Amino acid sequence: MATQTIEFKEPAARLPAPAHPEGEDLREMQGEKMVLNIGPSHPSTHGVLRVLIELDGETITKAVPDVGYLHRGDEKIAENMTYTQFIPYTDRLDYLAPLANNVAYALAVEKLLGIDRNLPPRCQYIRVICCEMARISAHLLGLGAFAMDVGAMTVFLHTFTEREKIYNLCESLTGARFTTSYTRIGGLSRDLPPGWIDQLRKFLSEVIVNLNETETLLTRNRIFVDRTRDVGIISRALAIDYALSGPNLRASGIEYDVRKANPYLCYRDLEFDVAVGSVGDCYDRYLVRMEEMRQSVRILHQCIQKLPGGPDNRVGEPVNVADGKTVLPPKQKVMTHMEELIHQFMLVTQGVNAPAGEIYFGAENPKGELGFYINSRGGGTPHRLKIRAPSFVNLGILPAILPGHMMSDMVAILGSIDFVMGECDR
Amino acid sequence: MFESIQYWDPAAQFVLFSALKILVVFGVTMGFVSLAVVAERRVSAWIQDRVGPNRVGIPFTNIRFLGLGQMLADGLKFLLKEDFTPNYVRTVYFWLAPAITMIPAFLTLAVIPFGSTLGNSSNRMVIADLNVGILYTFGIVSLGVYGIVLAGYAANSKYPFLGGIRSSAQMISYEIAMGLSVIPIFLLVGSLNLGDVVGYQSGGLHTWLVWKQPLAFFIFLIAAFAETNRLPFDMPESETELVGGYHTEYSSMKFALFFLGEYANMIASCSMMVTLFFGGWTPPWGASAATTLWAGLGHVAWFLAKMIAMMLLFIWVRWMLPRFRYDQLMDLGWRRFIPMALFNILVTAFVVALWQR
Repeated sequence: MATQTIEFKEPAARLPAPAHPEGEDLREMQGEKMVLNIGPSHPSTHGVLRVLIELDGETITKAVPDVGYLHRGDEKIAENMTYTQFIPYTDRLDYLAPLANNVAYALAVEKLLGIDRNLPPRCQYIRVICCEMARISAHLLGLGAFAMDVGAMTVFLHTFTEREKIYNLCESLTGARFTTSYTRIGGLSRDLPPGWIDQLRKFLSEVIVNLNETETLLTRNRIFVDRTRDVGIISRALAIDYALSGPNLRASGIEYDVRKANPYLCYRDLEFDVAVGSVGDCYDRYLVRMEEMRQSVRILHQCIQKLPGGPDNRVGEPVNVADGKTVLPPKQKVMTHMEELIHQFMLVTQGVNAPAGEIYFGAENPKGELGFYINSRGGGTPHRLKIRAPSFVNLGILPAILPGHMMSDMVAILGSIDFVMGECDR
Repeated sequence: MFESIQYWDPAAQFVLFSALKILVVFGVTMGFVSLAVVAERRVSAWIQDRVGPNRVGIPFTNIRFLGLGQMLADGLKFLLKEDFTPNYVRTVYFWLAPAITMIPAFLTLAVIPFGSTLGNSSNRMVIADLNVGILYTFGIVSLGVYGIVLAGYAANSKYPFLGGIRSSAQMISYEIAMGLSVIPIFLLVGSLNLGDVVGYQSGGLHTWLVWKQPLAFFIFLIAAFAETNRLPFDMPESETELVGGYHTEYSSMKFALFFLGEYANMIASCSMMVTLFFGGWTPPWGASAATTLWAGLGHVAWFLAKMIAMMLLFIWVRWMLPRFRYDQLMDLGWRRFIPMALFNILVTAFVVALWQR
């Protein structure tokens, strides 16, 4: 990956000169600063982020993000239920990509159980399909909302047309459009429904058309480029210092993708490129997301081709691990066989019997690295479950990059960082 | 009965016809404003792959009229909403601002010739046939900014305040560019009367001033976007930054006045552009003043058709482009358009001096 150095105007140069400490008059000449409260209910804070900004004219001199308006105590809730019961709560983390959250959580628990490396191949492929669909869905919304924040309303509705199709796919796959809860510990709640792969294929051919349209509307649009280029620059060092992850990190020129760096599921067998930006401004973040969606389409095409068992699974490839102590046995057997009945009873009442120990698993989610840290003392419930929410970590950089920008830039920066408060506040 | 009007004394005739014209123009403009609101929603829906409001027709029947009943429904909704006045506002200005925004938009229409005559040559289809028509227009248009600034100030709240500041800077700077851009037109025509400008272009499509002054038209068009506070220049409103800007604190009919003001401004700008650059009421094959009633109405229809086409351009642009940043907008106005307009004036002046004298 060739990196290029681009000279750009330092945003801080637009800052007013600091007042001389001795000159009280000078400070008066500079005038009073205005503190403006943005949010928690503001059209461009995408949920309930609150930012307190200090303005000198229209230039931001200080920014303090204030999170927690959507705090539900998910981590504490997890301590009081079995591992399986927590799956629906993961839908509500990054609610733009619930399928990817389901997969990441299931993989974390499976890592604790020591079965994450020997999942059935069909299960792995279906999970990758879920993750990449979720990525397209989340990025479509991220881009649409970003464009709407800088004024291009039409893009938002164009991307929503495609998201609608993804929701339809989710509906026929999981039964729910939004709160999917599709994965189970050690597998999936069900196999692909018949004809689903054809629907997916149709969607993939349509989404590319839509992406091209969006690109015509934005990528070379002079106003959009003016609004985003050299705005909200995150340098490589800054990105690392603030532990950014996901597209925001890659836009700063760091080629780090958990799917490549630490492959999970069947990502090792799939070909895709990691999109990397050069400058780390809002425009780069836009371009990286755009390219990631194209790469996701590429991955999905490969998955369709390589899916073990084919679309209809006539050969009966398993989608769950063959272990009655982890995955609920088939209902028919529960009703007729003693052993399966006991397994069913134990799983439902006690949960999976996890070993004592602690693990961390991070997955490449649309917003960044979604990590689950599980501290287990054995038994069916975690002793402590910590969620590393990428949106929360990514938002931490706001005080570092907002000062020196104008108020309109703040909107562009917030849009380009693409956060979800459900995940940030969890 | 109507024949006897001819024998009235001229002053009484003037009063009667002026009053009639004012009533008709006001009524038609208001109709167009509400139509424009529906058109905006329908056109944006087509652009965005949606259906748009197509349901409202006559209540309790299945007659829908393409959803044109939405015009009435929108109006009713505005009237029935709670008219809320926050207790921290500066009340007098708070009430004054919407009216000040709306009135100048309508006043501008007074000097625009929207037709030739209705058969009787003494009765021209313009409310006020001023010799300094364009100067009057710019004078009135500048008043429009007061409403917005006042609204920003009166609301006594931070978001409207920022909106008010932005709009005052924006409208003042673009007025300069707009004013400078039309000077070449008057150098060519040799009169400030808008009727004479139309007369100059009455020879047909090829005499329209848009061909002779494309640069002036370009600057005027962009400045008109800025003057009417529409995307890509809707900084004072910018609903994703300032949450509506100067009208954040307004509700119900007071908000509706701002809304109507914006669309009335759009109609005024479009009429102005049609008059200045697209031959006003003349059909593309050229025409002189109408001698029959039907020819006169035809001219009015041509004017309206051209205006609607311009309005569609306004709507189309709004839904296709992102918004500028405030400093970029000022940069564009002061560092690009004003020098361009000055250059245009110089070149036109030279051409006029060398070839036409």
